[in-house]
Amino acid sequence: MASATGQAVDLREPGGRRRATNQIMIGGMWLAFAVLLVPLGFVIVTVVSKGISAISWQFLTNGTIPPNILPVTEGGMGAAVVGTLEITAFAALLAIPLGVLAAVYISEYSDRHRWLTHLISFMADVMTGVPSIVMGLFIFTIWVLYFGYSGFAGSLALACLMLPTVIRSSYEMLRLVPDSLRQGSYALGATKARVTLTVVLPAAVGGIVSGALLAVARAAGETAPLLFTILTVESVNANLLSGPNTALATQIFVNATSPFQGAQARAWGAALTLIAIAFILMIAARFVTARFAKNSR
Amino acid sequence: MSAATAHAGPARPAGPASRLSLRRPFGDRAFNILALGSGLLVLVILVLIALTMTRQSTLWFRSEGWSGVFSTDWDPAHGKFGAMAFVFGTVITSVIAVIFAVPVSVGVALLLTEVLPRRWAQPVVYVIDLLAVVPSVVWGLWGILVLAPWLQPIYNAISSHVAGVPVLDDLFGGQPVSGAAFFTAGMILAVMITPIVTSLSREVIATVPVTDKEGAYALGATKWEMIRGAVWPHSQTGVVGAVLLGLGRAMGETIAAALVIGSSATVTSHLFFPGYSMPAVIANQFGEASGVMRSALIGLGVLLFFLTIIVNLAARSIVEWNDRRMKGA
Repeated sequence: MASATGQAVDLREPGGRRRATNQIMIGGMWLAFAVLLVPLGFVIVTVVSKGISAISWQFLTNGTIPPNILPVTEGGMGAAVVGTLEITAFAALLAIPLGVLAAVYISEYSDRHRWLTHLISFMADVMTGVPSIVMGLFIFTIWVLYFGYSGFAGSLALACLMLPTVIRSSYEMLRLVPDSLRQGSYALGATKARVTLTVVLPAAVGGIVSGALLAVARAAGETAPLLFTILTVESVNANLLSGPNTALATQIFVNATSPFQGAQARAWGAALTLIAIAFILMIAARFVTARFAKNSR
Repeated sequence: MSAATAHAGPARPAGPASRLSLRRPFGDRAFNILALGSGLLVLVILVLIALTMTRQSTLWFRSEGWSGVFSTDWDPAHGKFGAMAFVFGTVITSVIAVIFAVPVSVGVALLLTEVLPRRWAQPVVYVIDLLAVVPSVVWGLWGILVLAPWLQPIYNAISSHVAGVPVLDDLFGGQPVSGAAFFTAGMILAVMITPIVTSLSREVIATVPVTDKEGAYALGATKWEMIRGAVWPHSQTGVVGAVLLGLGRAMGETIAAALVIGSSATVTSHLFFPGYSMPAVIANQFGEASGVMRSALIGLGVLLFFLTIIVNLAARSIVEWNDRRMKGA
């Protein structure tokens, strides 16, 4: 009996200093999360409140970006919207198939040249850390110097940026495919290509698509790789292959340093549009993940 | 990793077989080559970046020489292209970013893995993903139009309070002229690298064996004592790797820094003064550059490339070494 010893010992909870330290530290973790929420909330509230007044149907579709001095009611960012969608879509078209194939090589062909697959996988990780501005300069030196500014050059730069991200996320998904599926198909006499294309990739497609969408969402907001590859123009250039182009991100960068009210308002409007595009892609990725998670269960 | 990647392969006939059955079908070989090519593309791109950009920057090295390149004097009007002011700015801003980002990231990572039940962790992860997807240029726009004007009086108040105090005066003193400064850039970079440092730390912390944690609890440890005794020794190295990766990100972050850093090629200990970083100067000045200046800016890109590659190699090696060590244990 605890009362018999004269002093009741509470075995459930440590008391005094240890308990206080524990609570302070856990409180600190919550504080860290709160600190994270402040800038995020601040940015989103500002962009939405300032952007919503700039955005109208005309703002999104009018293809002529007016001079900075004009108010936001004149012209629109249509050219930049078209440019962003075009350039990002083409970059995705380049980077996703190549990235998935590279991931297939790392994951499915690792038995033959172990050192090579390991090297590629390691270098893909390192490549995710190459700054986006370096990708822009790289495409400038290898493409723009010879073929001139174009939306295609911008797509190349974005594709270089997306490639390692797509490889990483696809590889993680391929690794999750159970080996018994592969063994089963090999036992039926299938070749490696057939097993990969008809069994392994379909089993991992949900994760691959959602990873790729997240990579596209990140790339759509990139400015640095586009600055010296597409320049900026004031009207729609639907031809991806020739002539300078423009994008929402580069327009925001140019307008942000302008002292004129109209230019700043256009920058906020473009920022809201850009965030909306990125969020839609992110929600799509979540949706795909949830959808496939349900199917496979 | 080794166990997971050793997949099954197609069977090879064991005994003597006809030549035909040993030959792989054309489609299979074509696919193999296609996959190999895509994999090699990564290496090709990295090598090409190093080669083409270095070639474009030779003009800079030839016209300035070692002493010119490693001077702090950047004056395009007088043909002076020294890189060190930008290297200094890059180091200062990314160190500020890491100092702010690390406690927050590790705190949130611990919150996610050890404190919150899985059901509640998911929304927190969404919030962090949201943070990661806000474009750099939007942070920059917000930083220069909203944050900087708001910070300026605060900077002034702090600097007048520390006037005369030995070390603090050097760091926070002077009379800041605007909110665009090293410190502002560092804070924005901190926010931008937090998601990546958090998610990497979380991955590392999640690998701590449950038995270690339960052992600590069985000895009567509180949650915090369990974290210090079981989680921390296990994930220390991995978290260092995550922090280094964050540092690499902060060094290369361009557009937000270009907008809020203040655009002034100066070397000063005053953190509230405007400065410049390597990626920022490339973004701001490359457009009008030609000749030696263009070559110098590409050279800065090369420098930045190798700096971030070294930091990343170190970080990845630490993470991988830690993975192996933990798997062996």
